[in-house]
Amino acid sequence: MEFEPKIMAFCCQFCAYSAADLAGSMRLQYPPNVRIVRLLCTGKVDPLHLLRAFQEGWDGVFVAGCLEGECHFLAGNLHAKQWINYTKKLLKELGIEPERLEMFNMSAAMGTKFADTVKEMTERIKKLGPSPLRRDVKDSH
Amino acid sequence: MIVAKRKPLQEIKDMLKPYQKILVLGCGSCVAVCMAGGEKEAGLLTTELQMAFELDKDKKQIDTLTILRQCDREYIDEVKEKLNQYDAILSIACGVGVQFTAEVLGGAKVLLPGLNTTFLGATIEPGTWMERCLACGDCILDETGGICPITMCSKSLMNGPCGGHEKGKCEVDRNRDCGWVLIYERLKKLGKLELLKTIKLPKNYGAVKRPDKIIHEAYQPVTVKEVKDSQK
Repeated sequence: MEFEPKIMAFCCQFCAYSAADLAGSMRLQYPPNVRIVRLLCTGKVDPLHLLRAFQEGWDGVFVAGCLEGECHFLAGNLHAKQWINYTKKLLKELGIEPERLEMFNMSAAMGTKFADTVKEMTERIKKLGPSPLRRDVKDSH
Repeated sequence: MIVAKRKPLQEIKDMLKPYQKILVLGCGSCVAVCMAGGEKEAGLLTTELQMAFELDKDKKQIDTLTILRQCDREYIDEVKEKLNQYDAILSIACGVGVQFTAEVLGGAKVLLPGLNTTFLGATIEPGTWMERCLACGDCILDETGGICPITMCSKSLMNGPCGGHEKGKCEVDRNRDCGWVLIYERLKKLGKLELLKTIKLPKNYGAVKRPDKIIHEAYQPVTVKEVKDSQK
């Protein structure tokens, strides 16, 4: 059976979360491997949230925030970018591929970009294979 | 505040290898402000260690706890019972906290350092700290416009700047400001350049007897006789 990665997406409600909604309204097809967590702003993202996802056995995590310079709270997405770079270093230190974590930027109007992001991450994680910490991830649905 | 930096994960892992039941003990004061050993960092390090040992297929119990200060007996006393349940305690306080927690626990518990204590500094901007005091025990900030030459000059010169400064930068590291140029600029701004005309004598580095001990005047030991005298 082909490996189906489990990916967690932390999405800002002002952009990526709405973009995901738009992707649905547009009837865009994207891999069903992603589970979305809504955030008020990606600035809320903490390395502990990201590491815990990996600790729980998720194969990949991405954070999607507003386009740079267009954060609803001015610089939340830029802070998120810094924290994600830091968390990538922590993952590397642990011997987990840092590519399993990524930050994306999009606006609420970019339904297609959201679908493409999910496709890109799913492909990337499929190539990397299951996370070394993978166990039976409980489906959030 | 005391500024510290976390040790590399591998070094911490090697220290913890012989122990099974481990507690990561955070400190909620200085090291919490410099984002190295507070509650949040304790949680993050615990998660990292749990993941690291799981990846090594090494079953260990790693818990986390943060107290307000590890350099004051009362905060350690409160959790003494819990601390005694572990094989080893990884303290992510400064060097003072690590030693003092071990002392309060009667020296019967393994205390390991998770941080490298670095300097006494200030927050320059969020996430950036810089050294400002060397705790020399003989402050001369009144003579130097409030900028410490012992700390800010790479050579800790009492009279400066030396010939090694160039465009306000230090010869030890060209990216670093020359402490004495900073002092000159500050004194100029304050209109107190004449202070530079006095040659300062060599510093008394014996002002602090290491390890030093301070007893507040009000806490000086008194004999019973003295107490009786004062009551007369």
